[in-house]
Amino acid sequence: MYRFAVIVFPGSNCDHDCYHAVKHVLGEGCEFVWHEEEDLSRFDAVIVPGGFSYGDYLRTGAIASLSPVMKAVADFASNGGPVIGICNGFQILVEAGLLPGALIRNSSLKFVCKWVDIRVERNDTPFTYNLEVGDVLRIPVAHGEGNYFTTDEGLKALKDESRVVFRYVTPDGEASPEANPNGSLDNIAGICSEEGNVLGLMPHPERCAEELLGGEDGRLIFESIISWLDAGRDKRQRAEILAMKADA
Amino acid sequence: MKEYRVKVEVKLKPVVLDPQGKSILSALRNLGFGEVEDARIGKLIELTIKDGSAGDVEERVTEMCRKLLSNPVIENFDVKVEEKNV
Repeated sequence: MYRFAVIVFPGSNCDHDCYHAVKHVLGEGCEFVWHEEEDLSRFDAVIVPGGFSYGDYLRTGAIASLSPVMKAVADFASNGGPVIGICNGFQILVEAGLLPGALIRNSSLKFVCKWVDIRVERNDTPFTYNLEVGDVLRIPVAHGEGNYFTTDEGLKALKDESRVVFRYVTPDGEASPEANPNGSLDNIAGICSEEGNVLGLMPHPERCAEELLGGEDGRLIFESIISWLDAGRDKRQRAEILAMKADA
Repeated sequence: MKEYRVKVEVKLKPVVLDPQGKSILSALRNLGFGEVEDARIGKLIELTIKDGSAGDVEERVTEMCRKLLSNPVIENFDVKVEEKNV
């Protein structure tokens, strides 16, 4: 059983949904981690959940990004551990500098709360490990500030390094302006770090991880993390066996 | 002792779309103020610093802007320091 951490800030409100998805739907280990904790080394994966941390004061995610736990999240990420930031969690990762760019007010000025379709743009990350490039997932969004923005150079770098993991698309998989719920540059719904082990996305996979909630596509993202951890464990085991054989 | 009143103006960079500003612009025009060409919304943060011994006040506040008060990806800032003898 793997151990997932769900970080809890004052104002997080999707923490319990993430916990439920990991623990009860997927049957993995899961713990809430208060934002004042400074050590995440006992975990296999970290979830930065959605909500309104610190009431979105100053800028969304700005205050939470300075919490003691975020140093531990950065350490966890630099050791190659998978970190997924969902909605406000994405905003926090961006403010913490773990992902580039910024999430600004939706171009419509409205809070959007609806199902969207997102296309998988790469499947070599821990979060898309079981998926195919071009797969379209149906996942809900709920945010007022999900409009992804970065500089021209920043966008070019993201594309050159293939760091866009999800794009808003039509159900047929076309990244059109109509499919874009918030005005995000280039229909960006989710991006990853250079090494691919940190993902930020606005849609909420934890809200559609079981049929009861109207959709199961979100579960594919969590299951991917588990398959990716399995693959890493197998690789480590193989390396250990080879090392033992070499010693013998 | 000196007291410092600092005004930090944080504005969206010109390249960043400001939908709030656009709404205000259209509301002003609807009110008959057709002369308004553009409207942009920013933030004003006022700081009171009672002891300036931590270092040059403007430099310190600039550092605060870089670390927290503004997001350099989307915002520019302007710092105005006013000195008072108390």
